[in-house]
Amino acid sequence: MTSALEQLRAWLEERFGHGLGDAIRKKQVPRHRHSLWYYLGGMTLFLFLIQVVTGILLLLYYRPSPGEAFESVQFIMTKVQFGWLIRGLHAWAANLLILVAMLHMFSAYFLKAYRKPRELTWMTGCLLFFIFLGFGFSGYLLPWNELAFFATKVGTEMMAAVPFIGEWLLTVFRGGEEVTGATLTRFFGFHVAVFPALTTLVLGIHLFLVQQLGMSVPPSVERAHRRSGQPLRAHPFFPGFLLRDLMGWYIALGILAALAALDPWELGVKADPFVPTPAGIKPEWYFLFLFQTLKIIPARLLWIEGEQLAVMLFGVVALLWVLVPFLDRNPEGRSGRVFTAVGAVAVVYIIAMTVWAW
Amino acid sequence: METDRGTAASARTEKSDSPPGRRQLLGFLLGSSVFASLASIFYPILKFVLPPPSGELDSDTVVAARLGELAPSTAKIFRFGNRPGLLIRLPEGGYRAFSATCTHLDCTVQFRQREQDVWCACHNGIYDLRGRNVSGPPPRPLEEYDVHERGEEIVVARREQA
Repeated sequence: MTSALEQLRAWLEERFGHGLGDAIRKKQVPRHRHSLWYYLGGMTLFLFLIQVVTGILLLLYYRPSPGEAFESVQFIMTKVQFGWLIRGLHAWAANLLILVAMLHMFSAYFLKAYRKPRELTWMTGCLLFFIFLGFGFSGYLLPWNELAFFATKVGTEMMAAVPFIGEWLLTVFRGGEEVTGATLTRFFGFHVAVFPALTTLVLGIHLFLVQQLGMSVPPSVERAHRRSGQPLRAHPFFPGFLLRDLMGWYIALGILAALAALDPWELGVKADPFVPTPAGIKPEWYFLFLFQTLKIIPARLLWIEGEQLAVMLFGVVALLWVLVPFLDRNPEGRSGRVFTAVGAVAVVYIIAMTVWAW
Repeated sequence: METDRGTAASARTEKSDSPPGRRQLLGFLLGSSVFASLASIFYPILKFVLPPPSGELDSDTVVAARLGELAPSTAKIFRFGNRPGLLIRLPEGGYRAFSATCTHLDCTVQFRQREQDVWCACHNGIYDLRGRNVSGPPPRPLEEYDVHERGEEIVVARREQA
């Protein structure tokens, strides 16, 4: 067994040199009081892989048409062995994925991991987060139940408020003027083809950059070491850090399975476009702060309509967020403190709005 | 950067000092829990991949045609559960029914009036009007069904397994 592995390694090294093996063996992860945050990226990746596996499994039975979508999910939940588990894992992991990605993003923000030379790591990370939101939004409709149907109606209606191309966007995403079977087919295509392809590309770049540049060490830790003159502590990625990663993933899988078993994801009632919208239509929790913002913006502000204002606001904020590495000129000085304060306000705002809308 | 390699190395020497029995036990415990974990991950997946038995139960009898629907020396394909069946009206007037699934590679066979046989177009398999494989690749005769006339209906029934 060992000699076979040795032979395989020799075979590979003869062709590709020692580069890869050396890179794995030499990879170091800094160790300091903030290093717990380093595990969130790997956790996000793990949850994404769970989505890939459970998503492919669901594809074996799911049918993306208004006549069959709801019934096929019902079939998965009631007839297919462990169908409830696979769908439950997919739905729960989706929510945990967004949560962990959010924590990963904000921890990178507050620890100033975006500063030179990791601007592109930050930007690809933001892009990944937006794609995950797209996954969540498109996946929500697929069971074709009442809640999802109306949430999608409201969510896509927002697109109409985008200046200039709003109507066009709306038609492209809905596959017509209304949310219909055409919308379902399109969302399915986005969910299982477009977004996965985009994720593969952007995630590939993100991971490559992380390998290339290594982990960022927070400025406060760097400063402390510079003052004391001691070198930074680090430990090898393989096997120590990876084993800790695996331990975390193992626990996460256990939590997910427990959630899927104890709190099965509901299916609700089948969507019917010709019944009045039931009360209490709300988007998924991670869109709640946007939803609440929309509610409190007045219908008309000067010459702009409230919805248009909100959409433009969201767009500008998202763009600024992506461009943070270039806006925060001096992360360790005055501008760094301003950005930390702005980030704290954003977190408070998101939490407050989410709680309010709950 | 200073590494923790040194401490890891000293831990390793410590470990080799510990009695082999304890290491074996730890190795066994670790190995069996990894195995149990993997089994509990892959068992549901393997079960999930196998589809549940089809909702459309294979019925044992089916109305294949109405009396007088078929002229002598003609035939029709009818649904028998999820699979096709072939009902032939013989030249002398009687009926015969077979599974229309070729025993070679699952193509659907057809009745040929001119040749008075049952023919599979995929690989030129030929059965006679009793369903016996007489020429070409089919390895077995077609499964034959019982045919009854019930009022205006022609009812086809699966034969009891002897």
